[in-house]
Amino acid sequence: MKWNNYVSLSEKFRNQRVFDGCGISGFINLDGKRENGDQIIDMLSILSERENGLGAGFAGYGIYPRYKECYAIHLLIEDEQSKEHLIRYLDEIGNIIQSEPIPTKIPSNVDNPPITWRIFYEPRHKKSISDDEQVVKLVMNLNDHFNGVFVISSGKNMGVFKGNGWSHEIAEFYNIKDYKAYMWLAHSRFPTNTPGWWGGAHPFNLLGTSVVHNGEITSYGTNMRYLESFGYKCTLLTDTEVIAYLIDLLIRKHKIPVPIATMALAPPLFSTIEAMEPRYQIALKNIRATYRSAMLNGPFSVIVGLSCPKPTLVGLSDRKKLRPLVAAISENKNSIFLSSEEASFKRLKLKEAFNFKKIWQPKSGTAIIAQVGEGLLRNGMETPFEKINLTVEGDI
Amino acid sequence: MSLNHSIPSYFHIKVDREICRKCKRCTNHCSYDALSFNGERIVSDDSKCVACQRCVAMCPAGAIRIEKNDSFLPFHGNYTRRIRNIIWAQSGNGGVLLSATGNDRPIRTIFDDLLLDACQVTNPSIDPLREPIETKIFFGRKPKKIVFSEDPKKLNNISLKTEFMPNFEIDSPIMVGHMSLGSISYNACMAIYQAAKELNILAGSGEGGLHQDFYEYGPNIITEIASGRFGVDINYLQNAAGIEIKIGQGAKPGHGGHLPGEKVNTLISQTRMIPKGSDALSPYPHHDIYSIEDLAQLISALKEATRYKVPIGVKIAAVHNSAPIAVGIVRGGADFLTIDGFRGGTGAAPRIIRDHAGIPIELAIAVVDKRLREENLRDEVTLVAGGSIRYSADLIKAIALGADVGMCCMPVLIAMGCRVCQQCFRGLCSWGIATQQEYLVKRLDIDVSRNRIINLFHSWNEELKEVLGAMGIDSVESLRSNRDRLRYIGPNPKIADILGVKHAGE
Repeated sequence: MKWNNYVSLSEKFRNQRVFDGCGISGFINLDGKRENGDQIIDMLSILSERENGLGAGFAGYGIYPRYKECYAIHLLIEDEQSKEHLIRYLDEIGNIIQSEPIPTKIPSNVDNPPITWRIFYEPRHKKSISDDEQVVKLVMNLNDHFNGVFVISSGKNMGVFKGNGWSHEIAEFYNIKDYKAYMWLAHSRFPTNTPGWWGGAHPFNLLGTSVVHNGEITSYGTNMRYLESFGYKCTLLTDTEVIAYLIDLLIRKHKIPVPIATMALAPPLFSTIEAMEPRYQIALKNIRATYRSAMLNGPFSVIVGLSCPKPTLVGLSDRKKLRPLVAAISENKNSIFLSSEEASFKRLKLKEAFNFKKIWQPKSGTAIIAQVGEGLLRNGMETPFEKINLTVEGDI
Repeated sequence: MSLNHSIPSYFHIKVDREICRKCKRCTNHCSYDALSFNGERIVSDDSKCVACQRCVAMCPAGAIRIEKNDSFLPFHGNYTRRIRNIIWAQSGNGGVLLSATGNDRPIRTIFDDLLLDACQVTNPSIDPLREPIETKIFFGRKPKKIVFSEDPKKLNNISLKTEFMPNFEIDSPIMVGHMSLGSISYNACMAIYQAAKELNILAGSGEGGLHQDFYEYGPNIITEIASGRFGVDINYLQNAAGIEIKIGQGAKPGHGGHLPGEKVNTLISQTRMIPKGSDALSPYPHHDIYSIEDLAQLISALKEATRYKVPIGVKIAAVHNSAPIAVGIVRGGADFLTIDGFRGGTGAAPRIIRDHAGIPIELAIAVVDKRLREENLRDEVTLVAGGSIRYSADLIKAIALGADVGMCCMPVLIAMGCRVCQQCFRGLCSWGIATQQEYLVKRLDIDVSRNRIINLFHSWNEELKEVLGAMGIDSVESLRSNRDRLRYIGPNPKIADILGVKHAGE
């Protein structure tokens, strides 16, 4: 494992975006039952061809039932002084319900461990601005202006654990198998250079939205400038960050239903749209026109975890499916699995005698959406408005 | 004997007497009287030659060549030949010098200092011949967000609440700029409008109204309301893909239109709704727009008149404070905004303004796009940029800097036959483009010209797709304002800063 520069990007790479190939995995239990980290570790670590020991991470949803009303702020901190400074600041502007180290197992040969810390936090309620918005501003501010401090996640009843190293090392470092979650996301990476920066690993998170991503967003500049108009600050120089913020903008701020939001990120081709009936054309053309800067281009497959409006797992690939994504449903139909490769499912089958009802490859640019309590809403094989009853107000 | 103060000619007409057949075709075709037949042979008057190349193209024997006449003036690096010619002309006629086309000074073009990115290894490039790459865009105002409501009990029941403003779909992000009937001929207008319809792109009407014959192309035409209000009636407003209030033009910021009375024949008089033979000089400012709130009123009056069915936009010349002006225009209700850079063309403009006023379009796009983003207005409007988009490379770079649509005129004229002799203001265009004289207009074949314009923009669109594919982008929306895919290699890092583009190698 590499320990240096875990909080901020080293000067050498400050101006460079990181390109990487990756392994991604995730699953959700539709009944909300919590599962320890064993399965997700197995699913991810088998994809070892897709990593080179320079970063991995996990996100668990439902891990902090005791503090489920608080924002769980996961932090990487450089030194004690920065930590004290941060705690004083948070105490001033809001309420700290609990402040504690994230338990880690530090290998014996390491003498300069990072401070991994978590704070369960409540902002002071204000009429002019929602709690969520306050926390978004806080995260942007801390990551942009606070030296020696980096927020890696900020959602309620969830947390991100990530760092530099092989996926099995990171899992061990954070004791991933000791956390119980109803939804897990995981990521291992093969970056093209070695920024040695923990914040650069996935998942990327903002409030309840976490993203693991395999690919390279060729529309990065367009997406980034669009997000900046809405006050997001893209400081991490990775394209995954813009995906997380775009999802936050569309789903949390603009309140666009999840299936429609995925059609903004990976819209159907105009030739497909023009063969549809008028109300669908109106909807899709206007989505493309309005959210033209939110469209994601380039090769990607992503797995997204959402805690709002309901706990949801989303899988989406680019319109040409230039990166892989495979889905599976368990025999009891209670769990939906997503992964870069089928090997993840085979591993579960062999190791944990886990049986699947079906394994399939979602279509390019078509979202797979599974929600706690609602089941598998979209299986990634549908045409855009299949199974959706869309009404359009006004003239058609 | 008085001294000869005539201006030395730039050109020398060389007629090869050995092969000249004395058919006199060249003398018929030269509209500038530079060639004549003296009964024995073709004689030339270099002082009248503008190097339009018509005689060269028409000579059946290939006996004519136009050469550069630069052998005799003493060299001076500061008082160049150009400066000396200006002084001689002004001391001869005592007036403001006229000029046409765009700025001809050899000022460095920023587009040429920008390089494009391409994919290698970490992401695959896309072959446009094998995979779809989309170039369609929507012209008009978009909402900031779309409102959907979802039935909380049945998540699959979704209703779309937003009412959308009119948007015009075009198949390529290209617009033929505003050239009025008057500045160019009927045949040239017809060829442009037919090509625009065929390609489903946009073309500007210019400020000279819309002739009856062009109404059928209205769905692809942006009509223009300029300070002269020529040819404006309700049909003109309602039969258009969009209406543009012209505040300024890149070639002559702060100036109005200049159409001399000699050009106002019956056709022009009917279309512009002015008396035959009268000068059509549109005022410098709009006399009902002395400040931004007046502009907002005109925008809303036009929206009322067209029942909110036509996007209304505003065109300004790229000047020093374009960014805040653009923000004001968008806040004033404009659905689209056109910026015209200092190299933009004209049919007639004072040379002093054409050559010295305004700023480059590359910088204007960058600062306007940036400022509109800072005000969170950018994605609501369509940004059209022109002012010397010469070929597809400029179009691609303009879009990557932040424009939705690239606007151009000169390439269209050149495609039709223009040789860039820069004499448009004289109305003698030997190619039948920038003239109203019947015998010259007839020279321009509408069908041939239309097809050449279609070919030109078809190839631009194909090249756009090639570049998008190499960048791993399958839709032009994802190139717009994607400045990360540009690098600067010019001599002035300050320019890269203003453009928001990194230096090559960074």
